[in-house]
Amino acid sequence: MVRERFPRVYPAYGRGMKRSPFAPGFWRSPLRGPWLTSVLGVVLLGGITVLFVTGLVSYAAYNPDLSPVNDKTPDKGILGFYLFSWPTDPHWLYRLNQGVHVTLGITLIPVLLAKLWSVVPRLFTLPPARSLAHALERISLLLLVGGALFEFVTGVLNVQLDYIFPGSFYPLHFYGAWVFFAAFLAHVALKTPMALRNLRHMRESREEKDDLVSPDPAEPTVSRRGALWFVGGGSLLLFATSVGQNFDGLRWTALLAPHGPADPGDGPNGFQINKTAAYAGIRPADTTDEAWRLVVTGRTGTVRLSRAELLQLPLHSAALPIACVEGWSTSDQWWRGVRLRDLAALVGYDDSPDVLVESLQQRGAFRRAALRANQVADPRSLLALFVNGEELSPDHGHPARVIVPAAPGVLNTKWVARMTFGDL
Amino acid sequence: MRLRPPLGSPLQILLLACSFALAGYAGVRLLDGDWFEIALWFVGAAVLHDLVLLPLYAAADRALGAAAGRHVRYVRVPAGLSALLFLVWFPLITGRVEERYSSGTGLSPDGFLARWLLITAVLFGASAALFVLRLRRAAKERPPTVH
Repeated sequence: MVRERFPRVYPAYGRGMKRSPFAPGFWRSPLRGPWLTSVLGVVLLGGITVLFVTGLVSYAAYNPDLSPVNDKTPDKGILGFYLFSWPTDPHWLYRLNQGVHVTLGITLIPVLLAKLWSVVPRLFTLPPARSLAHALERISLLLLVGGALFEFVTGVLNVQLDYIFPGSFYPLHFYGAWVFFAAFLAHVALKTPMALRNLRHMRESREEKDDLVSPDPAEPTVSRRGALWFVGGGSLLLFATSVGQNFDGLRWTALLAPHGPADPGDGPNGFQINKTAAYAGIRPADTTDEAWRLVVTGRTGTVRLSRAELLQLPLHSAALPIACVEGWSTSDQWWRGVRLRDLAALVGYDDSPDVLVESLQQRGAFRRAALRANQVADPRSLLALFVNGEELSPDHGHPARVIVPAAPGVLNTKWVARMTFGDL
Repeated sequence: MRLRPPLGSPLQILLLACSFALAGYAGVRLLDGDWFEIALWFVGAAVLHDLVLLPLYAAADRALGAAAGRHVRYVRVPAGLSALLFLVWFPLITGRVEERYSSGTGLSPDGFLARWLLITAVLFGASAALFVLRLRRAAKERPPTVH
């Protein structure tokens, strides 16, 4: 287990110097070195790239350029250059994307911490900058490290509903990601060639010459390989206790994830809830058969429908999941209701237009949500009245809710009160 | 002649300038709001990690090493993994979001602490079992001669 020790030349520092983190002799772990840092760096290069791409895709899934009500970052400018019409196929697209984004992010936390630990001596460099290029690189590293931690912290807090960060999650996490990614790109361009060279030419046990290698290493208590197993074990543990919140059958394994290890109820309406009726401020009096009317507006005017009248329209079924931006989802539920395109036809649209859906809910960032024409046109897009063979429960949107294949959960508006069809 | 600081690689300067331009474009949008507090979170995250969290866990590990000697890994691994779980899930484990969590999701906020403690117990239990197993195997493999 103990690695072979090589005779080293000890720099002539005084004893007092070792007390300062600016002294190379202060950092004594024999684990630090270019090999460990390169392994962790390459894992993060792949992992963070996936996080960034799935993050961008998630933003596109909201169709932010369709309507201001869908867009929590309207000042995005060129940062929205890639936006596209979000498809409805495959119907698990958002579920997969967001499951990967959040679960992978949680899994990478130990790798990020280990990477930061492996390079911490470089924070304490004297002189602080050797050249202009070096000074700029160190400023860039502040954006890199601050940005990475900012993104992970806001993400981890948001999925636990701990909204202590300074502002709305969407702009913080979105713009923060771009600040981070700018620094990440520069870091990757500057460091990847060296990291790959390190991995190709360097065996773990070979002597390394690098500023990360301690000139005065302590006796090793674990090998580098052992340390990597420890980091990997941490990742595996986090993964194993959170990935289950994406599958109804595996939910019991999600021991510490926010939407595990149990469902909120039993029976057909027992599956996971994003926001309950009480939390959203739904007044039961507004949802009774007598009080509630669906107001549908379009080319030919306005139609008001009671629930009984809706039940007279052709009813269709679709098996679709609920998939939340917070990285949890349900397996496919069996929804039954009126096709959105049939409602559009009711107010004079034979070809499906966009629609603005408004909810009875008094609280929540997505009380109103817009759906694009391709989403309205999909035969599986429903104004659902039933789920899994029973009437919707209040927490799942009774009297009626929208369900659209592949759409983020918050666009599947619950407690629908008004639908305005037409080009947005 | 004035003394000027060396420039370093012009390619690197150019690359970093591009990076700063993009970071600046996103940064002004990020800071559009309570800019001071947002900047504080951004920089504070790095400072807290590098100057508080990292020294703390390094010191804890050193103390552990001093106490447990060469068998440190049987304590370090379960303790480290348990601490990692707490670091990630502390809002749920400590119950600081209890009210919003239960009223929002309809799920019980109780049980996160118990499950974290149970996982911790299993980790330490497995580590102890492994320790005993290896100790016994080492005792068996040791030649029976006395010196």
